[in-house]
Amino acid sequence: MTATQTLVCLRTAGQADPASLETYLKLGGYAQLKRLVTEKVKATEIISQVKLSGLRGRGGAGFPTGLKWSFMPRYFDGTKYLVCNTDEGEPGTFKDRDIIRYNPHQLIEGMAIAAYTLGARVGYNYIHGEIWQDYEIFEAALDEARQAGYLGENLFGTGFSFDLHAVHGYGAYICGEETALIESIEGKKGQPRFKPPFPASYGVFGKPTNVNNTESYTSIPWIMEHGGQAFQELGVANSGGTKIFSISGHVEKPGNYEVNMGISFAELLALAGGVWKGRQLKAVIPGGPSTAVLPASAIIGATMDYDGLSKAGSSLGAGSMIVMDETTCMVKALKRLSYFFFEESCGQCTPCREGTGWLYRVIKRIVDGQGRMEDLDLLTDVSSNISGRTICALGDAAATPVLSFIKHFRPEFEYYIQHGRSMVEDGVAVEEVAYA
Amino acid sequence: MLNIEIDGKVVEVEHGSTIIDAADQLGIAIPRFCYHKKLSVAANCRMCLVQVEKFNKPLPACATPVADGMKIFTRSKAAVEAQQSVMEFLLINHPLDCPICDQGGECDLQDIAMAYGAPASRYTEEKRVVINKNIGPLVATDMTRCIQCTRCVRFLKEVGGMMELGLINRGEHAEITAYVDKSVDSELSGNIIDLCPVGALTSKPFRYTARSWELVRRPSIAPHDGLGSQIEVHIKDGKVLRVLPREKETINECWLSDRDRFSYEGLNSPDRLKVPMIKHHGEWHETDWKTALEFAGGHLKEIVGTHGSDELGVLISPNSTMEEAHLATKFAHGLGSDNVDYRLRHTDFRHDGKRLGVIWMGCNIPDVQEMDRILVIGSNLRNEHPLLAQRIRRAVANGAELSVVNPLDDDPLIPIKHKAICSPNDMVNVLSQILKAVSGMERLSLCLPKSLSDLLEGVRVWDNSQAIALSLTGHGETMDLISPRSAVFLGNISQHHPRYTEIFSLAEAISSLCGATFGVLSAGANSVGANLVGAMPKAGGLNARTMLESPRKAYVLVNVEPELDCHNAALAKQAIEQAECVVALTAYKSEALEDATVLLPITPFTETSGTFMSMEGRVQSFTAVTKPLGEARPGWKVLRVLGNVAGLHGFEFDSSEEVKDEIFGGEKPSAVVWRTLNNNLRELIDVEIKVKLDSDLQRVGEIPQFQSDAIVRRSPPLQKTKQVTKAVLAGIHPEQLTKLGINEGEKILVKQGTGSAILEAKADIHVPHGCVRIPGAIAATASLGDLLGEIYIERIPATAPQEEVSA
Ligand SMILES: Cc1cc2nc3c(=O)[nH]c(=O)nc-3n(C[C@H](O)[C@H](O)[C@H](O)COP(=O)(O)O)c2cc1C
Ligand code: SF4
Ligand code: SF4
Ligand code: FES
Repeated sequence: MTATQTLVCLRTAGQADPASLETYLKLGGYAQLKRLVTEKVKATEIISQVKLSGLRGRGGAGFPTGLKWSFMPRYFDGTKYLVCNTDEGEPGTFKDRDIIRYNPHQLIEGMAIAAYTLGARVGYNYIHGEIWQDYEIFEAALDEARQAGYLGENLFGTGFSFDLHAVHGYGAYICGEETALIESIEGKKGQPRFKPPFPASYGVFGKPTNVNNTESYTSIPWIMEHGGQAFQELGVANSGGTKIFSISGHVEKPGNYEVNMGISFAELLALAGGVWKGRQLKAVIPGGPSTAVLPASAIIGATMDYDGLSKAGSSLGAGSMIVMDETTCMVKALKRLSYFFFEESCGQCTPCREGTGWLYRVIKRIVDGQGRMEDLDLLTDVSSNISGRTICALGDAAATPVLSFIKHFRPEFEYYIQHGRSMVEDGVAVEEVAYA
Repeated sequence: MLNIEIDGKVVEVEHGSTIIDAADQLGIAIPRFCYHKKLSVAANCRMCLVQVEKFNKPLPACATPVADGMKIFTRSKAAVEAQQSVMEFLLINHPLDCPICDQGGECDLQDIAMAYGAPASRYTEEKRVVINKNIGPLVATDMTRCIQCTRCVRFLKEVGGMMELGLINRGEHAEITAYVDKSVDSELSGNIIDLCPVGALTSKPFRYTARSWELVRRPSIAPHDGLGSQIEVHIKDGKVLRVLPREKETINECWLSDRDRFSYEGLNSPDRLKVPMIKHHGEWHETDWKTALEFAGGHLKEIVGTHGSDELGVLISPNSTMEEAHLATKFAHGLGSDNVDYRLRHTDFRHDGKRLGVIWMGCNIPDVQEMDRILVIGSNLRNEHPLLAQRIRRAVANGAELSVVNPLDDDPLIPIKHKAICSPNDMVNVLSQILKAVSGMERLSLCLPKSLSDLLEGVRVWDNSQAIALSLTGHGETMDLISPRSAVFLGNISQHHPRYTEIFSLAEAISSLCGATFGVLSAGANSVGANLVGAMPKAGGLNARTMLESPRKAYVLVNVEPELDCHNAALAKQAIEQAECVVALTAYKSEALEDATVLLPITPFTETSGTFMSMEGRVQSFTAVTKPLGEARPGWKVLRVLGNVAGLHGFEFDSSEEVKDEIFGGEKPSAVVWRTLNNNLRELIDVEIKVKLDSDLQRVGEIPQFQSDAIVRRSPPLQKTKQVTKAVLAGIHPEQLTKLGINEGEKILVKQGTGSAILEAKADIHVPHGCVRIPGAIAATASLGDLLGEIYIERIPATAPQEEVSA
């Protein structure tokens, strides 16, 4: 049983010149925008289709998109804004990059539909600073769309106007957090704001703003074309539609795979060519480093959707699946992840600023052979003390790997502390690692 | 109103309150670092986490708005665990240097750690070290101690008006710093010392001089501007070691200007005069009080006896207490002289005899913040009234519109809606235009008296004057206010203006036409009080200017350094020089008093009791906080004995309270104040729209804030600030420089009347054409004349030796 991909957001994949307007138009692009706008379809109708689709935010939190849209104030005296989050900076996450690289017009159409629905006059797509070429592709697509009359003033002669701009960041992971992203768009240092107020009431320049992930917006034209119900039916209960999984690590064919929600882990792994070099699967981080790691035994029977992964003890996150084979030293892997969060904390709030450094230093000390048995409880305790006590979710994201690695691979950590060396490198068999 | 429950106590709170507001209302202490009631909420320290029913995570009390029926637990297991964990995080990188930290004993972190911290640390890794910053002579830094609460950042941005500090870098590398190579130059900078919850920002002058618990704390009143800020003076071994604000919401709130905070260093100056001194044959000799007083009293009496009482002039600093001003005035009157004045920096007295009452700011200090429209005429707000500027800043942040008419375009760090920057002489013209524009508005039915409307006939209204008039009367970009709360204020530059009377008259007319509050922001700590006690000529006597223009044979000076404190320095110097007898009551030895005859050491405000009346008419008495230095005596006592020695009646006082009682006639001061404050003029003053001047150039002579009086001038830390060390001595607009053929940085000869000085020309885009900014109250310009007046500039031929000014 080999599953196949369902190309919704990566619709132009395999086409010649996939990013061009011509290609997109050939596939029926911008027809939905034109239809909705010229037929003056009511916003409430569009939102109910989005609700029906079961689309949940693809940026990691999985918040229902239709519901989010309904939070935007209908009547507001002033400019409302639309923001797309293409800042993906979490290790192992690279799906939004392929969207703007291969299918930028579908994102533009999705955003224009959202702007029409929510009454936003101006939009920004905030693009990660380290994918410069892709940023340029997106800028070129914007130009094409403007010239073809899909962006700008008085679209299709209906009076509806929408200006969309690309903004590039400078590579800070924290700028992917929606309020830090907004600060950054405003030209300030990217630091999360305390919420509430949420962007829907106080966003860019203090005005009502809707923020969605790239993949979320890109799903919209398909939903408009086929109806919410059809999108929902691509997936499973509570997880409508397709999802792009960015698969990296120890697989034969790393890359982006857009599949129906609810696909089994085994099928997805097979799509990526299975664990490389015929090795054994050891562990998987299913949704990106901010989601809990799962040992092979826990993920092997799981389905890849919100509920499925939550039942398995982790979460879908942004669908950034990192696969680790039997040669992986979990202690060293954790050190790498902790270093990431330590370096990327914005430093604003106490538990995250102080705690991420503490965690990293202790783990590094263990890797350096100076670990102490008490360190494991200390790490757990410090992580729990960060969790839920910070301004933004980066704090929780930093705690999750530590808690889950120690929970599932404690003997490996204990071995490392006792011997000052990695169990894996010592050749102690993976099967001997007790599964907690 | 909402009903909520905190720790089992039910309380009713206003809509929009946060949990911390509600807890404060109930007196329930929630620990906090980043929260400050006067600053925006950052919610970054996380110390205030509390448990709220139905929430699975603890919430920050400072940032969480209450909802009806909310149940909050500040001391539950979950809340305390959260608080303790935050405390642990805060301490892991905090240096344990409390024994050598100036904050020790008054440190929020220390205090809260006592309640929430663990006895031993679980942190065994390397601690963070942050490179220290030098942010100027007032605030010392120890950035390794910083807990990144950003109170200092928010203060400077929101209250100070400029983001002089910021949090740079990410994560653990995050640190507070000033801009590259910049110091913190806000005139309110000292407040970040109070705000910093740890010892990262401490007072540089106070550093390492005492532990906080060794200090005796006594209340007093700040003596440098008209605000009347309430202060707490901290003393060890009889010496003032620092000054902090006392919280008074309606005056200084919880703030203090740097001038009020750091001037105390001048109290301990080596210049302090400790014993009376008499000059014999050009030599100063120390003497005892009896000899000095008998000499002074006798000499004055003798001159009055031989040459007539009119030969006596009495000049009183507006920072003297009401008691001192009253007794000095009484002394002059006792000797038959009406030549008394406290308005040393004024030069236009045409309104004398025409005022209906005591001049004041026209409203109370907090009212300023409630204004919709404010017009400030002739003031460099941040320089003159730093804390009032801050109130206006917040009024503007809340939507008020500020307009200014000023001869300098200095940035008040407040967004200005409309401005007319013009030469001092043109200010009268601009105000006539504004008056004309206002009087032309239909809804303002009040008619102008014929004399004024005739005058306005030929006036052409410029666009910015029209815009100011529109703003003041309530018109706005998006909305017109039918009944705006408006105010028109005259600042120090207006008061020192050679055409003050005309400015006053026009401003009063503008205000009454548009129903605005009208007031004068007086310079001295006791200008209004000195006005109330009548320290001015009453029956045709000489005023502060004529007393110097027609030199007297004898002068009594109370807290005055003539060439630094008077409008026309050269004139003051000459008058004092030629006098036969000058009795100076002073806290300091001074070069400016070299030509005096007797120096009587009186005590500054910290060593005397007395009363200041602020610009809002608030009467505030204070007592001495330390013993007099050396033989110095309180001014009121010295004046009393001087009266006795001179054989005058009515000088039998046992205490300063008795003097105060006499001033207020035994009545409640506020009742007297209520009756006497009045900014109206009895009659309209003649206004001349266009006055032709001889010179093409006018001097704009401001008084720099750290030069305003004898104490401030002697405070070493204030004198080390950039405001002083980088002060522009001759600021000229670059285009004007070109026109004059002068190079930037060139030494030029400036001349006023008989005086001249050689100063360095600086390009200054904030000075209008036809003007030169040359500050007063400093030695380098003490040979010059009027603060605001005509001036001549010459290039110095390259061959001529360039000599420095002798001051
Ligand atoms: C530290 C941090 C980093 C984040 N990075 C991203 C990101 O790169 N891309 C993204 O779409 N959302 C990111 N998010 C989530 C956003 O805050 C936000 O929830 C999302 O953009 C909303 O869009 P959605 O509802 O369509 O998912 C991040 C959140 C946190 C706390
Ligand atoms: S949790 Fe971390 S990244 Fe988020 S606001 Fe706090 S310090 Fe910044
Ligand atoms: S210096 Fe003080 S006030 Fe400023 S952020 Fe650090 S701890 Fe807070
Ligand atoms: S006081 Fe509430 S988070 Fe700092």
